[in-house]
Amino acid sequence: MGKTLFEKIWDSHIVVERENAPSLLYVDRHLVHEVTSPQAFDGLRINHRKVRRTDLTIATMDHNVPTTDRSLPILDQTSSIQIQTLERNCKEFGIKLFDINSPNQGIVHVIGPQLGITLPGSTIVCGDSHTSTHGAFGALAFGIGTSDVEHVLASQTIWLEKPKPFEIKVDGKRKNPHAVTAKDIILSIIKNIGTDGGNGTVIEYSGQGIKDLSMEQRMTICNMSIEAGARAGLIAPDEKTFDYLRNRKYTPKNYEELVEYWRSNLYTDSDAKIDKTFEMNIDNIAPQVSWGTNPGMTCGVTESIPSPEEFSCGDQNQKKAAEKSLKYMGLQPGIPITEIKIDRVFIGSCTNARLEDLIEASKAIKGKKVSENVRAMVVPGSQMVKNQAEELGLDKIFINANFEWREAGCSMCLGMNPDILSPGERCASTSNRNFEGRQGTGGRTHLVSPVMAAAAAIEGHFIDVRELDLN
Amino acid sequence: MEPFKKIKTIVTPLNQVNVDTDQIIPKQFLKLVQKSGFGKYLFYNWRYDENEKEKLDFILNDKKYQNSKILVTGQNFGCGSSREHAVWALQDYGFSVIIAPSFADIFYSNCFKNGILPIKIDEHVIAKLQKEDVELEVDLEHQTLSTSNKKIHFDIDPYQKKILLEGLDDIALTLQFEDDISKFEERSMIPSVL
Repeated sequence: MGKTLFEKIWDSHIVVERENAPSLLYVDRHLVHEVTSPQAFDGLRINHRKVRRTDLTIATMDHNVPTTDRSLPILDQTSSIQIQTLERNCKEFGIKLFDINSPNQGIVHVIGPQLGITLPGSTIVCGDSHTSTHGAFGALAFGIGTSDVEHVLASQTIWLEKPKPFEIKVDGKRKNPHAVTAKDIILSIIKNIGTDGGNGTVIEYSGQGIKDLSMEQRMTICNMSIEAGARAGLIAPDEKTFDYLRNRKYTPKNYEELVEYWRSNLYTDSDAKIDKTFEMNIDNIAPQVSWGTNPGMTCGVTESIPSPEEFSCGDQNQKKAAEKSLKYMGLQPGIPITEIKIDRVFIGSCTNARLEDLIEASKAIKGKKVSENVRAMVVPGSQMVKNQAEELGLDKIFINANFEWREAGCSMCLGMNPDILSPGERCASTSNRNFEGRQGTGGRTHLVSPVMAAAAAIEGHFIDVRELDLN
Repeated sequence: MEPFKKIKTIVTPLNQVNVDTDQIIPKQFLKLVQKSGFGKYLFYNWRYDENEKEKLDFILNDKKYQNSKILVTGQNFGCGSSREHAVWALQDYGFSVIIAPSFADIFYSNCFKNGILPIKIDEHVIAKLQKEDVELEVDLEHQTLSTSNKKIHFDIDPYQKKILLEGLDDIALTLQFEDDISKFEERSMIPSVL
């Protein structure tokens, strides 16, 4: 019998396999950042252990770096200590670090692919759940906790119970791909399968709707696999994948040889056994806006907020959760999504802060100004994205429209730096989680695409972006 | 890690589904560089109001449960961020067993690394446990949950069970396979980054 793409990568990384027990898998790439690593390095020190493969380990600082002027000192003492701790640890253990002043600094899941560190058929881990992003390149990539960060640093391996393959087939063609984006596809998927629909699985996305996506759009899809509970998301590599990674800073020297191998191996066999499947057609999907406090609580922009009864389909626990969400969000059932007024706009995060995201967002602006009731910011995903955007003059488009144009980092996606919402503030955000308090205690998050966020900044509320001229 | 011992306490019912790790430990507390001291921030935004006063309607603030070591909660507990700080906070607060119909994968795995036992059990059993203020005995060795009049079995991966019961150091165990790791490295086709 054939194998799925996931099983091929899994099998080729087994170091130790035993009956009815987790397998020991080899890790090809370990990405490290400042928040989930200090305790792991401490563990190494206490036990007199070294980092096994410093040549497979790359670090950067992204979660709590300020996005304002980099020449100024970091005012938040605890953030500053965490950043210095990473610098010290990388120096002591011999790990390559892209620090706050490096032109390669940025969100780990943005810089990995940009630098050619992410490779098809490889295993990639990081102490961050959005490591699933790298699956867009046909890598088996997943988030781990700090104990496992320490384990990987010490052994370059990880114990893992084998997840089950889950195929999500996306068929059809979007009529207006500038208005209906990869973000809208993945939000629709999560709405349908639920935030735990992918638990215990690795999702492989397939179908014409996925093949048509650019690499950056595929990253948006795989990035949010974790929001459906999946351990990882995967897309079989194709020529777009190989072209994207060619001639990057750390692209391997024998790249073409590797490409030959990937081309003939990295796909799911037609007779592979797949445990779970879900199919969706995207011919007619609408731009999506989340209304609740998890990413499954989402609806089309032309719809109204559902009642907890409608949303829960009879499940009392879900009904209670929806009631709690609406209370937190300060919303009532029946309100049209387009009537929700916003205070803040955040264009950023490992989900939607790549060059293409910024280009698409800028199309919704075209000489207009941010609504006077709204404060809007753009935080590029990496310093490289920022520089490329500036070469294209995007910074001027945003700044002229009264957006703030910031330095790279995770920023308001999780609000570990000074970029946070005040209690009660409502934000259109291109990030990945609308959990209570995620962007600031009491803050209210609506997850949307970059073009929807930009349009909402201009209008002061959500609009059907399919009606805009985005060409 | 301390070996996991049999425990018997009242259960704390947290009757909610999809409790994410941002709720278990909000981001402002992730800046610490050690593993200890997170308990006081557990469920911070649900436990305290804006003046840092205890919210009386939140279950952890009910004195009845203050010595409980067992949290009983809804499906998909620990979803979202991979932050192990969530497990450190639960443990530091005093919980050593978490019972739910299902868990998010990363959170589930993080529990075992810190001596916390996550137990997956049917929704109807959970509903019962949440309704009554029962004393529950958790016996990992025999894989049973017992109240004064009932005993039920729970499943657990035998490898994870051994790790918890013996309080084993995961990394030391792995390094016993160092030869296998080296052999794998010789045949690996993925080149190094640098």
